[in-house]
Amino acid sequence: MAQPTETVKTSYQGQMHLLQKELMGRYFERVTRAAEHGEGKAVYMLISGNPVELIQAFDLIPVYPEIDALQLAVKKSALPFILKAEELGYSTDNCAYVKADVGMFLGDRKTPFATIPLPSLILCNYVGCNVYLQWFEHLAEYCDGQLYNLDIPFLRSPSGQPSPEDITYVVRQLEEVIEICEKLTGKTLDYARLKQIVSRSSEIGEMWSRIKGLTKNLPSPFDAYFDSVTMMAPLYCLRGTEDGVRFFETALKEMEEKVRMGTGPLPEERFRFIIEGPPPWPYLRTFRDMFSKWGAVAVASTYSTVGGLWEFGFRHDANHPLESIAQHMLQWNVTNRNFLQRYQQIRRYVEEWHADALVIHSVKSCRLFSAGQGDMREYFTKDLNVPTLLIESDLEDPRYFSEAQLKNRIDAFFESLEHKKVVRAGAEAGGAA
Amino acid sequence: MTTVENLVSQYREPLENAPLDLALGWKKDHPDRKLVGCYPVYTPVEIIHAAGMLPVGVIGAGNRLEIAHADSRFQSFVCSIVKSTLELGLTERLKFLDGIVFHSICDPARNLGSVFKRNFPDLMVEYIHFPQNMVSPHTIDYLISEYKRVAASYEELSGIKITDEALRQSTALYNEQRRLVRELYAIRRKTPQNLSTVECYVLTRIGTLLPPEEHIAILREALTELRRRNEKPKDRIRVVLEGSFCEQPPIELLDALEAAGCYILDDDFLTGWRWFSADISTEGDPMRNLADAYINQSVYSGVKHDTREPKSKHLIDKFKDTGADAVLILAAKFCEPALFDYALYKRALEKEGIPHLCLEFEEKMWIFDKARTEVETFVESMLFD
Repeated sequence: MAQPTETVKTSYQGQMHLLQKELMGRYFERVTRAAEHGEGKAVYMLISGNPVELIQAFDLIPVYPEIDALQLAVKKSALPFILKAEELGYSTDNCAYVKADVGMFLGDRKTPFATIPLPSLILCNYVGCNVYLQWFEHLAEYCDGQLYNLDIPFLRSPSGQPSPEDITYVVRQLEEVIEICEKLTGKTLDYARLKQIVSRSSEIGEMWSRIKGLTKNLPSPFDAYFDSVTMMAPLYCLRGTEDGVRFFETALKEMEEKVRMGTGPLPEERFRFIIEGPPPWPYLRTFRDMFSKWGAVAVASTYSTVGGLWEFGFRHDANHPLESIAQHMLQWNVTNRNFLQRYQQIRRYVEEWHADALVIHSVKSCRLFSAGQGDMREYFTKDLNVPTLLIESDLEDPRYFSEAQLKNRIDAFFESLEHKKVVRAGAEAGGAA
Repeated sequence: MTTVENLVSQYREPLENAPLDLALGWKKDHPDRKLVGCYPVYTPVEIIHAAGMLPVGVIGAGNRLEIAHADSRFQSFVCSIVKSTLELGLTERLKFLDGIVFHSICDPARNLGSVFKRNFPDLMVEYIHFPQNMVSPHTIDYLISEYKRVAASYEELSGIKITDEALRQSTALYNEQRRLVRELYAIRRKTPQNLSTVECYVLTRIGTLLPPEEHIAILREALTELRRRNEKPKDRIRVVLEGSFCEQPPIELLDALEAAGCYILDDDFLTGWRWFSADISTEGDPMRNLADAYINQSVYSGVKHDTREPKSKHLIDKFKDTGADAVLILAAKFCEPALFDYALYKRALEKEGIPHLCLEFEEKMWIFDKARTEVETFVESMLFD
């Protein structure tokens, strides 16, 4: 049986990565200028199904506390902030994204990439996650800021679709957000400009969707979990902008080229898996290497659909900007879909992206993602016969990452997959002879 | 034994052992009627009742049910009530239910609704998304449409059309029930020596399991006696308790808290079954009245985010109105809404100089010594400082 190599590491640094660095660098400079020189006004929002188009239309600066929190984690500087929040009364069992952000917010508001401005508007786009409501409620109290809860009804009907009343309710609220932004900026909404921004979002959605379709190829040109992360920041911070369009053009071209060349993120693609759940940011590289050494590539991930789900056909519609923003928030992101819809999303990934296995990364902080993933495992292993691995850590709190234990579980899982492969190959050879 | 003592001794044991048995009895007497389980926190029970069905509280399984299956579905960091409720289902203890309803109270409860749907295909699983935007003039229309959607689904389950008249009657009936429960709580606020927390809890909790008419009769009988009770107050501190709005603490824990030297003047146990601070109007459009009451007349809660006024202000108002000495936060372990709220409550209470103690509990807990000692220490620090 082939043994995994301990040394396989990915060190892909294409044009897409460089451009991402440049564009996001510019975005963070803008954020910092707002904080340090009062240039521009910041609107806090949440990633899930974000309505960034509206914010861009007013030249307001979108700031996502989730991004701030994850950057603290990636740079291994989250723990002191988490501890500070716990001293203030937050529980060890509360979402660590919130705790890291609160700790940072109540300090000098510096992340490794930017200084975070105080919000001119705290726009709680309540898409799925209930912790969002608490998070922004707390920030609003700490800075005495203006808070608007943009309430997005969860997908709950048997059709899996929002009702016409749900859509009307969201559109009416978006109109109220427009009014608030008009007051904030002293400008009336330029509707033609909004249409143009929404049209760019539609273009970006199209390119992003095509990029995600490319991982159906053998080998997959990139890792749909670890590399998707690079594309997610521009998707949320720059969607609707020219920079955003340029980034996705570059990314698509580069990925198509990789498909033509038949190259992937690893020297050899030996396993294709689907991964469910957010990544362990504090140990992202370590975690990635645990899969790379087995030649395992993620060909699709639910995490990359938190901000929006485009690969099943949704596009923004410039002719109906508010309705399509509402549709995006209600229906076209993983967080506002019910848990069983997520099972079906993963099932499609397994079938259409030709995966060998499902890996569920259960994170304590995000119960929206994780609560009940044992049932998900039950469904995939027992009902669908898909080899499934359930592992636990956290997306922010480094104290929950048990490297040795994760490594053991992952090794055992891929060893058994490897064994099945060998047995199957043997049976096929025997059958043919 | 007095009437109240009798009632409490009659109902306490089933509530501790297998609360749903109380509803099971009704089902046996009414085999043709349907039952709908209501997960916490709040359900518009009037809609279910107006369709000729009995809404019953499915509020976890207490500390007498061993969790043998549900913990492979829900992780160790998920609260007890989610797992115990699933365990009830997986061990076929919810077979007598025709439907169950979950709500947008928190992330685990939402996923639990889906897990129920998949695992119990014969059970009608409904899910209500309550609005979290309390300031938009459009919220009421949304909530009316949501209630109508749910009503249609209950009409289908029961085969009975919900008329405006029936909905008005159900509203009036539950108004009466809630009014009597408010009266119980008024007694505790004023003269806690005349109604213990456990008595009050048992008398309230049975209302989640019995038909409202029956509960109303019990409450009337109990109140007649309670109004005449005249006990001497003991040397205890007076507290307001907050944080137990979903998962319920074991009744033994309530005993222990009081025995440790507290009068609990007010609490948020079973808060969804006492959701309104005044009667819901029975004039005009009954569905609109229900929706309007949710938006404008419901009590504050960790699962409702009303930007019009901070929750901590409500808690502090309650503290001041009741004339309490301290606040006791009793939060379910792993309950994110309650634990997040605590951070804000702590900040506000400290600012106001209000003494408080925060304890965590689990419905499945068995040992109460530690909680009792902590409360005793707290009480002593207040009595003898």
